[in-house]
Amino acid sequence: MKQKNDQFEVKVITGNEACAEGALAAGLRFFAGYPITPSSEIAEILSMRLPAVGGKFIQMEDEIGAMGAVIGASLVGSKAMTATSGPGFSLKQENLGYAAMAEVPCVVVNVMRGGPSTGLPTLPSQSDLMQARWGTHGDHPIIALCPHGVRETYDLTIRAFNLSEKYRVPVILLLDEIIGHVNEKVIFDKKEKFELWQRETPDVPPENYLPYKFTESDVPPMVSFGKGYRFHVTGLVHDETGFPTNNSEQIIKFLQRLNRKIDRYADDIIQVHEDSEEGAKIGLFAFGSTARSAKNAVNLAREKGVKINFIRPTVLWPFPQKHVARLADQCDCIIVPEMNLGQMAHEVEWASAGKTEVIKVNRIDGEPIRPSEILDAIMERV
Amino acid sequence: MLDYNKYLRQQKFPLIWCAGCGDGIVLKSMLRAIDKIGLSKDEICMVSGIGCSSRLTGYVDFNTLHTTHGRAIAFATGVKMAKPEMHVIVVTGDGDATAIGGNHYIHAARRNIDISVILFNNNIYGMTGGQVSPTTPIGSRASTAPFGNPENSFNISGLAEAAGASFVARGTVHDALILDKYIEKAIRKKGFSVVEVMTPCPTAYGRRNRIGDGVAMIKDLKEHSVSVRKASKMSEEELNDKVVTGILVDRERPEYTDNYNKLIERVKGSNS
Repeated sequence: MKQKNDQFEVKVITGNEACAEGALAAGLRFFAGYPITPSSEIAEILSMRLPAVGGKFIQMEDEIGAMGAVIGASLVGSKAMTATSGPGFSLKQENLGYAAMAEVPCVVVNVMRGGPSTGLPTLPSQSDLMQARWGTHGDHPIIALCPHGVRETYDLTIRAFNLSEKYRVPVILLLDEIIGHVNEKVIFDKKEKFELWQRETPDVPPENYLPYKFTESDVPPMVSFGKGYRFHVTGLVHDETGFPTNNSEQIIKFLQRLNRKIDRYADDIIQVHEDSEEGAKIGLFAFGSTARSAKNAVNLAREKGVKINFIRPTVLWPFPQKHVARLADQCDCIIVPEMNLGQMAHEVEWASAGKTEVIKVNRIDGEPIRPSEILDAIMERV
Repeated sequence: MLDYNKYLRQQKFPLIWCAGCGDGIVLKSMLRAIDKIGLSKDEICMVSGIGCSSRLTGYVDFNTLHTTHGRAIAFATGVKMAKPEMHVIVVTGDGDATAIGGNHYIHAARRNIDISVILFNNNIYGMTGGQVSPTTPIGSRASTAPFGNPENSFNISGLAEAAGASFVARGTVHDALILDKYIEKAIRKKGFSVVEVMTPCPTAYGRRNRIGDGVAMIKDLKEHSVSVRKASKMSEEELNDKVVTGILVDRERPEYTDNYNKLIERVKGSNS
């Protein structure tokens, strides 16, 4: 559904549609996927939209192949993405690790549904948070974003591409079934210009190019295959030249840089929406679709005169440790509602380092956490 | 004579391959074919998976992509689709392409995407120490088939043919110069092409099955190979322990990236 005028376009669309549109706005030119509920609409929309902009869509034979194709396309210079859900996300992990290791920019959308295994295919969940961080083997860098609404899905999809290009890292966009399928009114300002980041390219001739050079920024410049810079890309631990190494010093240097390149920029990457009140002793930490209920609960509590410090991260990895530590200093408790058995509560406990009590509010039955459930948890502490 | 060094990353030598391994023979054959066609090094993207043969990409001066186990063809599909003007050549082995990567292999053949696969078939997992592979002959010994392989084996070329490849040939490292021609034709062919190369692994297969060293194994290959023409006159029983060599398939079928580009033109046309 659409309404038009000169400056604004009003649409009623789902999160999955917003994700596809955001990706196109970010310059997506290659999508490889595999059908899986509740993410399939992203593939369906892009199969229709990509050819019109000269882009390529392919439905691969499996999720593993889709992730491989995305990496191949990115290496020849296309902005590339795949989208999946729980069981498919498990299959992405192999080549997600490759993308992290070989520092290939790409975006992986996971529209979370209930797990483990085939789980609850048509119902929402937030139980892939740890898999997003640690799903692939080995110490590796990763960024994961998590929007709480349709418009934010659009914006964060663009941001996902920007971050992946800037830091040469795979970026995971964590939607859930609610965000993916909810219809919301979205207002697009046609004059709004989005800043689009591209991977930094080398300023040296091919003979001097080191594809994994140690630079001041820790993010080596990257050139596409086929531009006269012939180099080697491998999932083996490699040195600056890109070729495998077993040298202790080189291994340590490389793996430390690989992980440091995200750690050191955490403050630039992390975004947290804070809604605090002077003197509030109750903290609330919520993200994704659960943050919608949390917002509602905060309003209801405030109507009753209860003060709340509410924080809503849109970046889950790297984890907003400093924000949580501050909240822990201010509050007597932090309530963490989430649609799992407490994956983020665990991180919040770690970040608050025993300074405050962490209260879990969980649902695992495929039903959203209702505002009243969060409100109950708040009122118990008043 | 061709100066192979033109295509090699000499600083990466010596090769990791064992004495008597046939992979180097295939490497040289590939370079002769590429040189004959006259492709520039910049327009070749060589993609490999995991295994002994897949280490080849480290030694050649092209755009080289050493991927995860079995996934070379999937990565190559992304490269070819996003940049169809690139010549995409996949280097893989029997385990890599037809066990863990079997799904990608048959589906790339079905799409008939313009990728050339040079498949090194040594009937064994060499790099990991001689485990049984999908092409280990029934009864042969492997480190995970100590009492003889109880499984039937794959016909790799037949698989590609049935799945829809445009070009399929099988050769051996004994007849390296004929191999050049197969590889040349495969690269020139618009569509999915496979050259299955029978190559010995004396370390992990020959010793265990008492065939002997590399030379003995190559002689053994010679004795057991028959041309397609000869094979057509032989019974199934006679062909039981034989390797049928030659061009097995050479046909015209719509190619995937071409089809997709036509689709783009059609969509753009209807939008304007």
